[in-house]
Amino acid sequence: MSEMIKVNIDGIEVEVESGATVLSACEKAGVKVPVLCHHPDLNVAGVCRVCMVEIEGMGNLQASCAYPVTQPLTVKTKTNRVRKARRMNLDLVLAEHYGDCYTCPRNGNCELRTLADEYGVDKFKFPHVDKPRYAKDTKSFSIIRDQDKCIHCKRCIRTCIDMQKVNVYETANKGHDVEIQVALNKSIADVVCINCGQCVNRCPTGALWTQDVSDQVWEDIENPDLFVIMQTAPSPRAAIGEEFGYPPGTRVTKKLNAAMRRAGFDKVLDTNFAADLTIMEEGTELLERLHKVIVKKDKSVKIPMFTSCSPGWVKFIEHYYPDHLDHLSTCKSPQQMYGAVIKTYYAEKIGIDPSKIRTVALMPCSAKKYECNRPEMNASGYRDVDYGLTTREMAMMLKEAGLHLADMPTEEFDPVLGEGSGAGMIFGATGGVMEAAIRTVYELVTGRPVPFERLNITPVRGMEAIKEASLKLEKVKKEYKWLEGVELKIAVAHGTANAKILMDKLVDGTLDYHFIEVMACPGGCLGGGGQPIPTTPEIRKARANAIYQEDEEIEIRKSHENPLIQKLYKEFLGKPGSHKSHELLHTHYTKRGQYFVKD
Amino acid sequence: MVKAKEKRIITGKFTPGSGIKAALAGKPEEVVQEVIDSGLRGKGGAGFPAGLKWRFAANEKSDMKTIICNADEGEPGTFKDKYLLDNHPMKVLEGMAIAGYAIGADKGIIYLRGEYAYMLPSLEKNIEDIKKNVFSKLKVGKKKFEFDIKVRLGAGAYVCGEEFALIESLNGNRGEPRNKPPFPIQKGYLEKPTLVNNVETFATVSHIIEKGALWFGKFGTKSSKGTKLFSISGDVKYPGVYEFELGVKLRDVLELVGAENTKSVQVGGFSGINVTESSFDKTLAHGDLPAGGSIIVFNKDRDMLKVLKNILEFFEEESCGQCTPCREGAYQLLKGIKMIEKGEKSIRYYKDLCDLCATMKDSAKCGLGLSIPSPFLSITNNFKDEILYR
Repeated sequence: MSEMIKVNIDGIEVEVESGATVLSACEKAGVKVPVLCHHPDLNVAGVCRVCMVEIEGMGNLQASCAYPVTQPLTVKTKTNRVRKARRMNLDLVLAEHYGDCYTCPRNGNCELRTLADEYGVDKFKFPHVDKPRYAKDTKSFSIIRDQDKCIHCKRCIRTCIDMQKVNVYETANKGHDVEIQVALNKSIADVVCINCGQCVNRCPTGALWTQDVSDQVWEDIENPDLFVIMQTAPSPRAAIGEEFGYPPGTRVTKKLNAAMRRAGFDKVLDTNFAADLTIMEEGTELLERLHKVIVKKDKSVKIPMFTSCSPGWVKFIEHYYPDHLDHLSTCKSPQQMYGAVIKTYYAEKIGIDPSKIRTVALMPCSAKKYECNRPEMNASGYRDVDYGLTTREMAMMLKEAGLHLADMPTEEFDPVLGEGSGAGMIFGATGGVMEAAIRTVYELVTGRPVPFERLNITPVRGMEAIKEASLKLEKVKKEYKWLEGVELKIAVAHGTANAKILMDKLVDGTLDYHFIEVMACPGGCLGGGGQPIPTTPEIRKARANAIYQEDEEIEIRKSHENPLIQKLYKEFLGKPGSHKSHELLHTHYTKRGQYFVKD
Repeated sequence: MVKAKEKRIITGKFTPGSGIKAALAGKPEEVVQEVIDSGLRGKGGAGFPAGLKWRFAANEKSDMKTIICNADEGEPGTFKDKYLLDNHPMKVLEGMAIAGYAIGADKGIIYLRGEYAYMLPSLEKNIEDIKKNVFSKLKVGKKKFEFDIKVRLGAGAYVCGEEFALIESLNGNRGEPRNKPPFPIQKGYLEKPTLVNNVETFATVSHIIEKGALWFGKFGTKSSKGTKLFSISGDVKYPGVYEFELGVKLRDVLELVGAENTKSVQVGGFSGINVTESSFDKTLAHGDLPAGGSIIVFNKDRDMLKVLKNILEFFEEESCGQCTPCREGAYQLLKGIKMIEKGEKSIRYYKDLCDLCATMKDSAKCGLGLSIPSPFLSITNNFKDEILYR
């Protein structure tokens, strides 16, 4: 550990590690300093100049977010000089920020508006823009952009370039003409955007948002000819409470079920069921691949196999590593698998013409909107999933309908294709898919449960950038003799920057794993681009805890033991990896340009 | 073109090789000490003691250090580095090598203003010459002395004259100032310790090391040693580059360059201050009038509001645009002046603009934003009636 240094903040003494910022010292002292460009997940920018403080011995005010503590400091955060400068810089930002707060999606949850309130802004000090200067970019299925609300904090740039290594945004021009542009001023839909929505989660204003489909969903709910089926993923359930004032990590699954039924959804299903299905298909695919590689020495089959549940990650690899798509599992994501099963097997079960069914997926994710619109996702003859709804949109729909979670009773999911196992539940956290898959694959191969206490494969849990583990397969079942003694090597990465580290090793030929889970978002789905704002490492940890708790409480914790899954295979699909499974539950990928989407 | 008043250093005679030979005769720390003793201040505008910067850079431990010669001369009304590179390039190159020896760097880069691209062939030839004819014949102990110099071209952004923006540009990034600390001497070019000095600083160093700090200390004032090049333009009979001993009175300068009916003088470039008759007896030296090197003279026919507008238009366009006070502040100052010109805003609004200046001076991220208020406040102060009550 590095040296501890004393900092005096407004008379409060704290000690911070050498190199820590003055802002973090202020936090430690319990002194709130306003910020606009600073974000706990991102590199320092020091551009908004709102977090200014007085540091004894320095001529000018200093940006606390950028000033490192390397010697004892005395800091003042509340002097007139400080407050005036903060207020003035806020006035300058406001002068160029166009838009009516009450027509903004961030109304009530806007960092700029909050600061304007806290600093008592009662008039525009400087001439204020009163006409829009930009056309809104609404072409993408996932991300929409309203540049008029941009305050040049560069959080989106730092998110996209530093955190996700995607490179959609850039700073263009200079002086007052500076703009945060999508590469070469194109639409987000036409560049390498992977739709992860991490920029949306970190934008302090309403300049970035996700495509809102709630109006279409309402229309369909009200249409008497249509049967609207909701499927909900675990991550929104662990987070939507935040939109209703609950602390992060509050589990509201059963209240949410009730609220969605009251909103008019005809059925409320659990995506965890489809997650179990994914494990069956993906686990089988992994064993098939290993068999082909180890036994048949088939060079055309690629190992390691990467998971394909995260549509942001899928688009990332399609753009940046188009020559390595063979490494991606061909399994559709749980959302899409569920859609395909609902419009075939389930439609038959409930006796409704699939053309009359609309499937809506409540997801933590902005990329799911793009995914459900991929042209190949209609194996049943109908769109697998009609709408991807973010956690935020769902919360808005419920509020609009006057359905507050606190007022709701608790209700179960609808039966038949109802619940999933705990293994499906933990898909929401980074490492969850891997853990679920290993619980099943290990048991399939050895006939014994994974050798971890309470089935918790702890090495793949937690928020480390890249986690790895290995598991020796011993005393295997007869049919898996060829795996005897094999050390199954696995890795888990969350955030595409970490995925890139693995992919670059793959390109170099130095990546030595059998199976790798990648989620595009930090923390996995629970940190998805459709989740409540704000997002911080602490909030994501709280959501992960909620997810792991729910797993612990579910009786069935292995996908292959889910009786409904067994039933589905028996009655409809045959066995994992069958022809029918491939038709409905598997997909293919597209090589995309590294810079722009090909027209 | 140069009309030195009596004493010349920077534009004076120089025997190529004499500076670096003198440097290599001593230890690196002795060279640093010599520069400290000379009292030399950086010639780029800020006037930071050059020797101190060298000592900091020398104290950094690193496998790689770089000397950068800031030749991105972008301050409006400044053209003295152009003169030096055109006429005395060897002094500059040798000064860089001396700095390299002093702080332990074996590479130098000249960051050349984009508009000076015409110099590139001759500069590169000069580099070849000095390496072949001077450096290759020198030894440090038993080892051969080596110092490599490359030229990189800027692309026209004023802000790239700011040392960190310059380094970012060299690093292949958008040319924007960074947060300090860490300073370039700690983490600069390719994230390694980097010493950035102005063209004129390096040229001066060659003379100091050749003749010694004692000799150099005979010129100038107590706190501003030596001489300085000034680019003089505007309403004068004899515009051009001049070398003056620091501490020279502005009035004497104006007389020499043939300034008549002078209304005001912009000292230190656009980012400097505007002075009128009552300040003409002040001296160009640290602690008095800014000795940044640019002097622009306005005679009685000039409309100072138009002058100010011109200056603000420049800053509004040349701010890198990252920090709020500079990007929006320059814009609002310009807008405010335009509204005052049209009579759309009252004197009360001018006070708001002065408050804005206070914040800009206190909270901008780099020297560019911090200095925009200087011309605004000094010009509006000097010409309140002309500008505010027109």
